[in-house]
Amino acid sequence: MPISRRQFLKVFAGTGVAVTMSGSLLPEIVSALEKAAAGNPPVLWIQGEGCTGCSVSLLNTTHPTIAEVLLKIISLKFHQTVMAASGQKAYDYLWQSAAKNYGKYFLVTEGSIGTAFGGRCCLSGEREGKEVAFTDLTMYLGKGAAAVLALGQCGLGGIPGAQPNPTGVKSVRDFFKDAGIKTPVINIPGCPPHPDWVVGTIAHALMLGIPELDSDGRPTMFYGTLVHDNCPYRSYYDEKKFAKFFGDEGCRVELGCKGPESHADCWKRGWNNNVNWCVHNSLCLGCTEPGWPDNFSPMYVKTTG
Amino acid sequence: MTKLTISPVTRIEGHLKIDVDIEGGKVVDAKSTGTMFRGFEIILKGRDPRDASQITQRICGVCPTAHGTASVRCLDNAFKVKPPTNGRIIRNLIFGSDYLMSHILHFYHLVALDYVKGPDTEPFIPRYEGDYRLDPKTNKVAVEQYIKALDIRQKCHQLMALFGGKAPIAYGLIVGGAPQIATLDKIVSFQWRLKEIKDFIDGTYLPTVYLVAGAYKDLFGVGAGCKNLISFGVFPLDDEEKTFLLKPGTYTQGKDLPLDQTEIREYVKYSWYQDKTTGLHPSKGMTEPEFDKKDAYSWVKAPRYRELPHEAGPFARMWVTNPVLSKHANKFLGIDEKKEIRFRDLGDKAFSILGRIAARAEEAKLVADAMEKWILQLKPGAPSNVQAEIPKEAMGFGLTEAPRGAVGHWISIKDQKIDNYQVVAATIWNASPRDDKGLLGPIEQALIGTPVKDIKNPFNVVRVVRSFDP
Repeated sequence: MPISRRQFLKVFAGTGVAVTMSGSLLPEIVSALEKAAAGNPPVLWIQGEGCTGCSVSLLNTTHPTIAEVLLKIISLKFHQTVMAASGQKAYDYLWQSAAKNYGKYFLVTEGSIGTAFGGRCCLSGEREGKEVAFTDLTMYLGKGAAAVLALGQCGLGGIPGAQPNPTGVKSVRDFFKDAGIKTPVINIPGCPPHPDWVVGTIAHALMLGIPELDSDGRPTMFYGTLVHDNCPYRSYYDEKKFAKFFGDEGCRVELGCKGPESHADCWKRGWNNNVNWCVHNSLCLGCTEPGWPDNFSPMYVKTTG
Repeated sequence: MTKLTISPVTRIEGHLKIDVDIEGGKVVDAKSTGTMFRGFEIILKGRDPRDASQITQRICGVCPTAHGTASVRCLDNAFKVKPPTNGRIIRNLIFGSDYLMSHILHFYHLVALDYVKGPDTEPFIPRYEGDYRLDPKTNKVAVEQYIKALDIRQKCHQLMALFGGKAPIAYGLIVGGAPQIATLDKIVSFQWRLKEIKDFIDGTYLPTVYLVAGAYKDLFGVGAGCKNLISFGVFPLDDEEKTFLLKPGTYTQGKDLPLDQTEIREYVKYSWYQDKTTGLHPSKGMTEPEFDKKDAYSWVKAPRYRELPHEAGPFARMWVTNPVLSKHANKFLGIDEKKEIRFRDLGDKAFSILGRIAARAEEAKLVADAMEKWILQLKPGAPSNVQAEIPKEAMGFGLTEAPRGAVGHWISIKDQKIDNYQVVAATIWNASPRDDKGLLGPIEQALIGTPVKDIKNPFNVVRVVRSFDP
């Protein structure tokens, strides 16, 4: 059964308060997704100056489970945190898979691209006895990808790119632009991004092509709303009742909450199978926004709203 | 002599390269190379000190709460505050949940594939071929558990998020305590979720570790390492933070010694940092990269304690604390279940690949059992944090134990801003290169003597490295 964009959004982007993708993943969608994934599109997942947090976050996906994602939806050719192979066997397989599927694979980048020190701030592996800088790897694989998913805040620069940017980090888009690479880039920021944003974007790409993106390259279905406008604590803000310390009732803006400037749907999706989320715990730090963390610092001081 | 390079070492957090020289079927020399530099210590300078607890969590996405905990303890120390009882307990519960997640992830998803043959599909192929010793039935059970453990580990993160806000990366760790108030519904929810995880550890994880170990008994004799162990202590049990579930201390040249953090120095002769920065205590530490330095081979510095390399991790903690082991250990060792055996009863066997893996599983049970008691000590509605003012000028340090070993943060504050911030993390201890005297790092030492039967499938080399959970 073909799925329309409208139906897709209803399921993946949710329609009401506290909707998670989890709750409403209909069997038809699952079978359509599996069908769209038939032949399992190859995914090459590479890691630069990151922390593996995006991968760990993806492992937290609940519906579909990570086992379903790995075994039924995508064909993960390379991911250095989970794959069985080590060293040469693993690294050769990455290059072979890229050559075999050139122009067809999805490239996922996790971690920042550091261009300083001749690329030596991040070495990705050794090929034919020579070290390969992450910059060179990204350039080669980027050219041959059908699309690039730039995961996490690092795709925009991230913490490694924060002032004084010791390793000369560039965003994935700028890196490609400077190298003349025209492959489309989808940014999925967040430090880390929510697993639903990752799985939902992959599913959209497989079933309906590249989703609608905002001017920062983020899928609008996940990043199209402002946290502050939809926050369950919003009525406190309107009543000017502000929390003065953590644990106090009220809007968290005076404690430093960056919700008024942050685009994300955490307010309805929640985190970790919706057991909690940042603002309920303390505050929004703005981790989905370009320029984070520098433009959102100090974190625990009112800078907005 | 044959030279072998493993780059990248997969199924770890981060970027690591291992070079070994093999002669007569054994490793005779080893080099451990950290191949990534981000410059966190440089980025932290000039920022609001409180932001460190968030920024440093992004050092490691597998153990963010370890850096979060070290950082808030460091800030507590500099700001001269202590969390109230609920704050201390909530911090322990957030961190404990991440411990369980990390240990389960390590055994099932990072190391198991060195012992268990996965299905013939990506990402389980390609793989090293040869030394898989489990019978088909046991192997099948282990593969099923790999899938089950994926579910349990994400449930550990649900547990962490209850008080941490989300996982990975916790928002629930702040100077002076924790922001989340313990409500009755959260306490009950935590209890029920913990029970399922605890049952998995005791009923599945621990017995499987010993079952797999039974088929690879020779690996209790491989990968001994430097035999110096360090633990900073973790999970404070009283509000003065003087007693810990897993104790601070070191085992240095065969002697048990109290921990003295002033005895730490970081050396950089073989690291890509300027030579003038070598031999400093972290409170005065400097991070000045020099990527083309002659003879240097790693972005990792070489921390030493009393001038010696020390291994950090669950094995070090279990050796220092020496707790009673589970009944699964009695069964494995063929000792009457009524008899209490302690970790040190394993003797030399503990200093090995499998000693480290068993220590991790036993520790998971110890932490889960303790968490079950801590959750009941929370007082619903009681304050979880105290107000903390940024001092104009101050120094501070915070020590804790990441799931993979000792982690310390040192701060110096000037004009209410970070003037200097230094981090010595678990894998910096273990994966360190040679120090200025030429002493090899713990992983390097553990590799020496490792038997390598088949150079194309060097199972034991990666088994040794991964046993440290780098």
